[in-house]
Amino acid sequence: MTTQLLTYIFVGVSFALYIGIALWSKAQSTNDFYVAGKGVHPVANGMATAADWMSAASFLSMAGLIAFLGKDGSVYLMGWTGGYVLLALLLAPYLRKFGKFTVPDFIGERYYSKAARKLAVICLIFISFTYIAGQMRGVGIVFSRFLEVDINTGVIVGMAIVFFYAVLGGMKGITYTQVAQYCVLIFAYLVPAIFISILMTGNPIPQIGFGSTMVDSDIYLLDKLDQVTKDLGFTAYTENVKSNIDIFCITAALMFGTAGLPHVIVRFFTVPNVGAARQSAGYALIFIALLYTTAPAVSAFARMNLIDSIQDQPYSTSPSWFKNWEEIGLIAWKDKNMDGKIQYSSGNALDDIKPKYTNDRGDSGERVVENIPNLSNGNEIYIDRDIIVLANPEIAQLPGWVIALVAAGGLAAALSTAAGLLLVISSSISHDLLKKTYMPNITEKQELRYARIAAAVAIGIAGIFGIYPPAFVAQVVAFAFGLAAATFFPALFLGIFYKRLNKEGAIAGMLSGLIFTASYIIYFKFINPEINNADFWFLGISPEGIGAVGMILNFSLALVISSLTNPPPNEVLSMVDEIRQP
Amino acid sequence: MKRKSDQYWKSNIKIVSSLLVIWFIASFGFGIIFSESLDQIKIGGFKLGFWFAQQGSIYVFVLIIFLYVWLMKRLDKKLSQEKDK
Repeated sequence: MTTQLLTYIFVGVSFALYIGIALWSKAQSTNDFYVAGKGVHPVANGMATAADWMSAASFLSMAGLIAFLGKDGSVYLMGWTGGYVLLALLLAPYLRKFGKFTVPDFIGERYYSKAARKLAVICLIFISFTYIAGQMRGVGIVFSRFLEVDINTGVIVGMAIVFFYAVLGGMKGITYTQVAQYCVLIFAYLVPAIFISILMTGNPIPQIGFGSTMVDSDIYLLDKLDQVTKDLGFTAYTENVKSNIDIFCITAALMFGTAGLPHVIVRFFTVPNVGAARQSAGYALIFIALLYTTAPAVSAFARMNLIDSIQDQPYSTSPSWFKNWEEIGLIAWKDKNMDGKIQYSSGNALDDIKPKYTNDRGDSGERVVENIPNLSNGNEIYIDRDIIVLANPEIAQLPGWVIALVAAGGLAAALSTAAGLLLVISSSISHDLLKKTYMPNITEKQELRYARIAAAVAIGIAGIFGIYPPAFVAQVVAFAFGLAAATFFPALFLGIFYKRLNKEGAIAGMLSGLIFTASYIIYFKFINPEINNADFWFLGISPEGIGAVGMILNFSLALVISSLTNPPPNEVLSMVDEIRQP
Repeated sequence: MKRKSDQYWKSNIKIVSSLLVIWFIASFGFGIIFSESLDQIKIGGFKLGFWFAQQGSIYVFVLIIFLYVWLMKRLDKKLSQEKDK
């Protein structure tokens, strides 16, 4: 069987499974639709949270990013797992005790204010849509490379699947499909990693394998990798390039951002009680750690394999994956020294970084790019980092079914996260904006109908993002985490741990965090991208890490303004007492 | 009754803050601030600072949450027993 046929089978079977689950778990009430009837077992919720959390970015992009960043890539590993400690210890149990439906719900009630609720809805929608755009791009990449269908068709198929189980099943449908999606994605991630680990180091456990010696030699893999990267003009793989303060702030922004992401928090509303919420955060992190501790091993293997398989190879005999990805437009080769061989080293191969292809073919048969080659370095290739995980099984020459499995896993990761995001968007609209603010008189049945309509509209918008991807998708990922850290985390944390915090303080804090963080990112990413470097940054902190500063600003302003204004009313104080009890 | 729940909250804060100290040391401490100095020590093919940054911190995070679950379960039990008295 061809790899493509296998991929169709794997993807088809997994999609049929998701639809089957959706039919089985139809939502009957708003309680079902928003929080799955609050009856999800902690282990199941742990898996669902892991699938919800691990997006196309975690599955497809992260190992590739780390492969090129080396030790600096640790910011993602620590940032995207360490946040769960904060979530488990500081937020999840208390928000579960509060026992309502959405994150803006808590902010609206704790700060006794419709303005605070609306502000929270705005932040939530912005954060969630930023995130969805990335998922749809992931779906598009997988479809176009492995199933050879048009990206648009791929996005529409993906939308149809999500539409089916999110609109029909709400949180209940999403939860149980996410459990299935977790199983698919983790299996798809581990199998090739184990194979490659055995091939390269003889050790079947990738987490140990990448600290072992290479097969047929007594040189440690990481030592060899350090040597090879240094020889090619990069910083050694296991050393940092970024400054410590920047690494510190990016890690902090990702951690606190993770803890403040509404689609993750809301998963803890679905378990039966406080104890289950705590446990389920632990299970979630185990399930996440399985992928996150494997990823850096995959990165090291991939970087090594990549260099080995293309360096000084004539283009005409280069491996087929190299040419396949060139056809898709995610690899480009510019033969600067005209020797017909591929040379890879540090620096951007082309001016403007991204290749612009012409319709011509070069002397060796490569796609010609019209970019001016960057002659300040000898690097001849452009590689999009997103392809590393998808290309890895091909680079390591694994059998076709492994490649098909990875395609199904990538889709599971993208779809599960998209569904979770769509749900928080739709529930914040039907519940927080309509029921709790503008249309308090609607019945539960009407609210459920609005929730479904909102979910359908949100899927439509997400699909448009997938078909016409905004050029700035990668640029705005920093937004989602920075804003969650600078707006939601302080408001939720202080709401539980500091009774005296009042409406005025919370609103001032969230607004200042939002405005400061958004302006800093917009300034460096869009208005003046040419000065986006450490010489111009505030204290040497990049836009990716600025959310940490925004969060400190939020905390300070919230505390100062609160102490200057009236304390919160007694009902709110007793509500806080109530959520502090198990 | 009021006094008991205050005591519960105090113990809770103590548990949470000591666990967060561990969280900070394992990630920001060993993984970032002292990472380069720890890199002088090697375990197998791993430099220790690099290992904490890409592996060790994550294992510690998992342990912290399960330790928290266990400690809180004990504390909750104590509270409900005192309430019954």
